[in-house]
Amino acid sequence: MMLRTVVTTLFVCLLFPLTAAAAAIETGDARLDAAFEQILDRDFDVKATGVAALAASDHPKTSELLRGLLEGRLRYIKKLKRPVWMQEQDGKERAIDAIDGKPLGEFSKRKFKKFPINNAMRGQIRGLVAAMELSNPDVGVRLSAVNNLLENSEPEHAELFARLLEKESNPEVREAMQSGMAVARLSDPDPAVRSAAISEVADSLAQPVRNRLTRMAAEDADPTVRGEAQLTLQKIEERVTFYGHIETLFFGLSAGSVLVLAAIGLAITFGVMGVINMAHGELIMLGAYTTYVIQQLMPDMLGLSIVLSIPAAFIVSGLMGIAIERGVIRFLYGRPLETLLATFGVSLILQQLVRTLISPQNVPVSNPEFLSGLWQINGVLALTYNRLYIFVFCLLVFAGLFMVLKYTRLGLEVRAVSQNRGMARAMGVRSARVDALTFGLGSGIAGIAGVALSQLTNVGPNLGQAYIVDSFMVVVFGGVGNLWGTLIGGLSLGIANKIMEPWAGAVLAKILVLVFIILFIQKRPRGLFPQKGRAAEG
Amino acid sequence: MSVKTTIRRLSLAVSAATALSITSAVQAADTIKVGVLHSLSGTMAISETTLKDTMLMLIEEQNKKGGLLGKQLEAVVVDPASNWPLFAEKARELIEKEKVDAVFGCWTSVSRKSVLPVFEELNSLLFYPVQYEGEESSKNVFYTGAAPNQQAIPAVDYLMGQGVKRWVLAGTDYVYPRTTNKILEAYLKAKGVATDDIMINYTPFGHSDWQSIVSEIKKFGSAGKKTAVVSTINGDANVPFYKELGNQGISAEDIPVVAFSVGEEELSGIDTKPLVGHLAAWNYFMSVESDTNDAFIEAWQKFIKSEERVTNDPMEAHYIGFNMWVEAVKKAGTTDPEAVGDALIGVAVPNLSGGLSAMMPNHHITKPVLIGEIQDDGQFQIVSQTPGLVVGDAWSDYLEGSKDLIADWRKPLSCGNYNVKTAKCSGQNY
Repeated sequence: MMLRTVVTTLFVCLLFPLTAAAAAIETGDARLDAAFEQILDRDFDVKATGVAALAASDHPKTSELLRGLLEGRLRYIKKLKRPVWMQEQDGKERAIDAIDGKPLGEFSKRKFKKFPINNAMRGQIRGLVAAMELSNPDVGVRLSAVNNLLENSEPEHAELFARLLEKESNPEVREAMQSGMAVARLSDPDPAVRSAAISEVADSLAQPVRNRLTRMAAEDADPTVRGEAQLTLQKIEERVTFYGHIETLFFGLSAGSVLVLAAIGLAITFGVMGVINMAHGELIMLGAYTTYVIQQLMPDMLGLSIVLSIPAAFIVSGLMGIAIERGVIRFLYGRPLETLLATFGVSLILQQLVRTLISPQNVPVSNPEFLSGLWQINGVLALTYNRLYIFVFCLLVFAGLFMVLKYTRLGLEVRAVSQNRGMARAMGVRSARVDALTFGLGSGIAGIAGVALSQLTNVGPNLGQAYIVDSFMVVVFGGVGNLWGTLIGGLSLGIANKIMEPWAGAVLAKILVLVFIILFIQKRPRGLFPQKGRAAEG
Repeated sequence: MSVKTTIRRLSLAVSAATALSITSAVQAADTIKVGVLHSLSGTMAISETTLKDTMLMLIEEQNKKGGLLGKQLEAVVVDPASNWPLFAEKARELIEKEKVDAVFGCWTSVSRKSVLPVFEELNSLLFYPVQYEGEESSKNVFYTGAAPNQQAIPAVDYLMGQGVKRWVLAGTDYVYPRTTNKILEAYLKAKGVATDDIMINYTPFGHSDWQSIVSEIKKFGSAGKKTAVVSTINGDANVPFYKELGNQGISAEDIPVVAFSVGEEELSGIDTKPLVGHLAAWNYFMSVESDTNDAFIEAWQKFIKSEERVTNDPMEAHYIGFNMWVEAVKKAGTTDPEAVGDALIGVAVPNLSGGLSAMMPNHHITKPVLIGEIQDDGQFQIVSQTPGLVVGDAWSDYLEGSKDLIADWRKPLSCGNYNVKTAKCSGQNY
């Protein structure tokens, strides 16, 4: 009796794991089921085997399933035992069968279980998908598939590319395939073929080519091949260094353009009125927060929100600037130290205002699509879009401001008042009104700088503090009151900083730039482009 | 008015005042005060604000259970605003003026180093919930965060297992990244990594222009050997760093970044789609499957009134630290820091991953080590886990000056840096 119970229990226990191991996924295709079984295992090595099995299963949906797995879109519903795509419709989640495309009904979000994968598996899946997508009708897909194979080139790929080239019509993909063939032939057993391949890839700046050539220069069996690889590598390295310098220049110009945007408003208020405005950083911060507020109001139209933020930030910061001028600075003309203290107090007030009204923590400002990603010019040179747009934006703002000062009535009056206030008043210029408007203009530009900065850095109540010192630095270095000085000064300081950063580190580079400015000011106290004129000298 | 009336009125006033002050003193003695010392503004607010809220929740829950030793707990919150000297001032204010019996606080090691002399001088207790660089063990501090052997070393081991041969050690410029990188450099070299295969880089707090550094990392990682970045970047500088990684197209499959100071809270403010696959090493993730964790998350989201809010490792450290403190106070029968400090050693409380955490004689606790990959919803997918708990080691075995040191606060040793070779205690000079 006891024995029978024991045996039955054992039997049940033995059966149980088998039934418990009944597939979590049942697609009808035994190979797919086995593959999914492995992919759902807890061990990541077993998962990787499962992915390979899925790829080898030759099911018509394999490449789609692999892509879905890679991008995290492929889910499964435990109850139905089917892999599904999750589609949102009218606020609810509907399941579409991944194998036959049939709608399976609505489920709560939690029922759509994920297939957990890790980095190694992602790399593996990408390689498998690339191999499958070489014959995809979409050009972009084919191109990225070829580039992917370029990264992990094998001699067999040469044949693969040769076959595909017969059918390929798109010139970009053909070029990529030809370079892929050349790279593949770099590992050919015949040294003559390798030698020929080296001359073929001499113009390529692709990283995998350089890596392969470096290894060949060190390890290749044939000494001639080694020598050729070394020579070709040197030529390529020269070109790479050249593009490296261009990249550093670009980094320097973009860092400088941020400095210029932050400082140009200050150049006007400091330059025209001689007012040291310590609240300038907070006016930048207000512009950044304006961007945040407008983004909150139109969360679906990020691009439009940025464009609208520019005039909005100008108005907000401009009005705040006029308010500061009329309320505080007007009473302190000719007393620079008091102005400094008073505006410092205003900056603290503005910071606390933002902390209280919005939040003491950083607020998230999203980047629209056109500001993300990068423009790959060639194998080594790539420029990020956000920095590129901001550099162009900086030049536009500068040009705009320059034209205002040169061609408008306000600009004329501003220049007159800054050169000789007494004479300008005698000519009928209402200098008090001009002061207020100048301050407003400078502050408005600071607001626009804030919009640009919101795309690059964290937006928080302390944003202004990070840029106030830099702004004064640029204005003093470039020459007070001179727009060109601010532009040249800012850009050159940015370039200097970025040149030093790779070998001195970010902290030391900043210190060295500051030391340089201190020494420069000793020699030329009025900056790069000082203001001319008798009144200015007085 | 006669002199008698004046005197009578005066004495009435004085006795009234005395009575009032006595009653207020009595009322004050009816609560046990707990200090919360976390930055609520500034560059570290992104990480620390949620810890203040966690402490408020834990104190509220304890009060619902009847308080401690028959009294209700009262939280005293101050904002040191990511300003390190202000941390020391606020710590002194909490202990001397507010008379708190324990403080839960700090994040950056520089803030902890700032407050250390205050806690030692005034003999109070600090529960420090954040992973740090080790090389310290104070009588007055209980380290509920990870020591390097509970986070940094296992993370490097995991990456080595993934085939990483070149290493970028990127950190913010202060004591924690500098010391951790010293330990990691020594560890990597001990494992045979060449000096040319290690790139070390420091940036200031709040650094936002990552163009050239990320470009350097890209170049360093394109030499044909698998490269990884070990990031000890702290605070909101992480946001533009990860954005730049995304913009320059560095995916986690090419050059994975493992961060020690980035958790669910730091990720909750950014778009994590370009970050999928990058890693973090902690002792707890919100995605850990356990009943205690589910209950904790539910209670937290109810307290903070939002289902969007996340939990993270330092929150678990406060959970463990607070429960340990409560246990120790009950064990000692008093909130006196000296007695509680002695009673804490050996206390074991449940952690949120289904196990137990014990306070060791060196004032560190036992923790499991988890490596997780960022998912597109800001959560972490656990890809590796130590089979058991790791005991926190205050003094790294990989640094020359530290490998002979141990910390043991039990009597008779009572020393934070006892040299086992020379049998000498070198005292409190860090």
